[in-house]
Amino acid sequence: MIDSILHYTSGLLLLLGCFFMLTGAVGLLRFPNFYARMHAAGITDTLATLLVISGLMLTAGWSLALFKLALIMLFIFFTSPTASHALARSAQLSTLKLTYVPAERTQEKDQQAQSRMGSKPGSDIEVETTDGSSV
Amino acid sequence: MELLLDIALLALLLVTAISIAWIKDLFAAAMLAGIYGLLSAGFFMTMGAVDVAFTEAAVGAGISPLLILLTLALCGRYQRPDRNRARLATALVITVGALLISATTDMPFFGDANAPAHVHVAPHYIHQSMSEIGIPNIVTSVLASYRGFDTFGEVVVIFTAGLGVLSLLMETSAQPGRAIVHTQVEQQSRDIVLRVVAKVLIAPIMLYALYVQFHGEYGPGGGFQAGVIFAVGFILYSMVFGLDAARRVASHGLVQVLSATGVLIFGCTGLLSFASGKNFLDYSALAGNSVTGQHIGIIVIELGVGITVASVMIMIAYLFTGQLRNREAELATDRHQEIPAGAPARSTSTMHSLEQGAG
Amino acid sequence: MLLTSHYNYWVVIALMMIGLYMVIAQGNLVKKIIGLNIFQTSVFIFYISVGKVDGGHAPILTEGESLYSNPLPHVLILTAIVVGIATTALALALTIRIKRAYGSIEERDIQAAEELQERASSQMYARTPARKEQ
Repeated sequence: MIDSILHYTSGLLLLLGCFFMLTGAVGLLRFPNFYARMHAAGITDTLATLLVISGLMLTAGWSLALFKLALIMLFIFFTSPTASHALARSAQLSTLKLTYVPAERTQEKDQQAQSRMGSKPGSDIEVETTDGSSV
Repeated sequence: MELLLDIALLALLLVTAISIAWIKDLFAAAMLAGIYGLLSAGFFMTMGAVDVAFTEAAVGAGISPLLILLTLALCGRYQRPDRNRARLATALVITVGALLISATTDMPFFGDANAPAHVHVAPHYIHQSMSEIGIPNIVTSVLASYRGFDTFGEVVVIFTAGLGVLSLLMETSAQPGRAIVHTQVEQQSRDIVLRVVAKVLIAPIMLYALYVQFHGEYGPGGGFQAGVIFAVGFILYSMVFGLDAARRVASHGLVQVLSATGVLIFGCTGLLSFASGKNFLDYSALAGNSVTGQHIGIIVIELGVGITVASVMIMIAYLFTGQLRNREAELATDRHQEIPAGAPARSTSTMHSLEQGAG
Repeated sequence: MLLTSHYNYWVVIALMMIGLYMVIAQGNLVKKIIGLNIFQTSVFIFYISVGKVDGGHAPILTEGESLYSNPLPHVLILTAIVVGIATTALALALTIRIKRAYGSIEERDIQAAEELQERASSQMYARTPARKEQ
């Protein structure tokens, strides 16, 4: 009884992990600018990896493999968000800068927002590149 | 099921290789090369080659993209498209590929247990390894004992590559009128997240390297993987806290001495066997009992391999990062002072103007 | 049937040819080095595919397993991977020095710079006897 519960829970966790990884990949391809893409990839990447490793831990049973998987999960829990942070910070310090546009100006920008690259209509954050390359 | 995994991984590898050939942004090509290394590590795992997968993941997805990125930071990010030789090269490549494919029709089926590769020396290794050498990991026993000469050659090759990089990239110290300005170049990363996480992670990385080093006889691991992981800890420290901080921990001279020490340890083990009247690198001469001698020999040479690989990787990373820092310092001082036309410190080049643009 | 048994070898040949194409046809030195890496890794995949035994366990002696994959190709490829990274590091160091000497890592620029230098040095040698006569 307990075995089949563990089996199905582990299968569910693995499926959820794959689903989040897939949505992260779709977001990576479809989002308009660098920071949105990285947000999609970074968050879903960490979550999906943790879910997959938890699913594997449930199948491993009480063994050395369980302990090693727990250590791997802890390591990825530390490093994956740090990697996203490092990526975003280096983009901010180089040519892709996030700029804050104050609220009064967003109405006038609503009309032109469709043609401008990198910002959605009505948003107050915009990505501008200082060397003319694409976002 | 395994076949499906095999087909999927190889198809992904093919797609990645084609996109690397196509892309003109070398930064993206370096990242794709890292993905290529990781995918091939996954493929090696499905083939049951766990040691090889470990090494490929550490080297192909870790050190190799790092070195390519450091080179790109010095050499320029974009590639100029060149159409001249594309047609001739494509024709040649298609011809050679077709010839090779026609040659594979004679090859044994993939996974066949009666293929010629599995019937000569491999059964001896698999069946006699436990009784002659006494460690469970057959790959380590073959690597360290049965084929010890190859491993010795490999360690000397790594040492020679380290020597080569050292002779090419060692900083020339005496340059008149050009004081390297350190204060203008950002050394330590000011970001608190990176600093704290790096501090927390470096000790587990070193511990893991030691674990892999000494556990290589019972599971996947060994000297090479451990050396690379140990070097990665130091490289992380030098990236986050600056090259000078890393040099204070492991100075340039220490790293050079250590890289030679590893090769010496390996060679002296062989010479010890010589001195006892047996063959070079015959570990049974190291102790009374033959199996104990093998154990001692394997531990000592894996230590030598680990020391050399770690110190050579650290040395190469130091040299590349030192070049990067020198170039940033040069650019910083150039912005502050006008250089006279016949500056003696700059090497002469006829395409000098390209250097400003391609950086 | 030939497809599933020889699929590995054909993909290896395709990867090898892509790597060879990059070494021959691309002008940028770093791209050539990456192509060489792809070539090397395809050879590793070939050896490991040859070493695989259907139903074989990884070559670490464990209780209850009787059929193991061939450990010899694993050893050879372990050495080859490390030698590959040593070669790549040396090649990249050479690229950095070439960049410093010629200002560019595109093959055409380097060849043009070499020709200019050769023409300049040959002109220098042609001028010297005239000066001595004066």
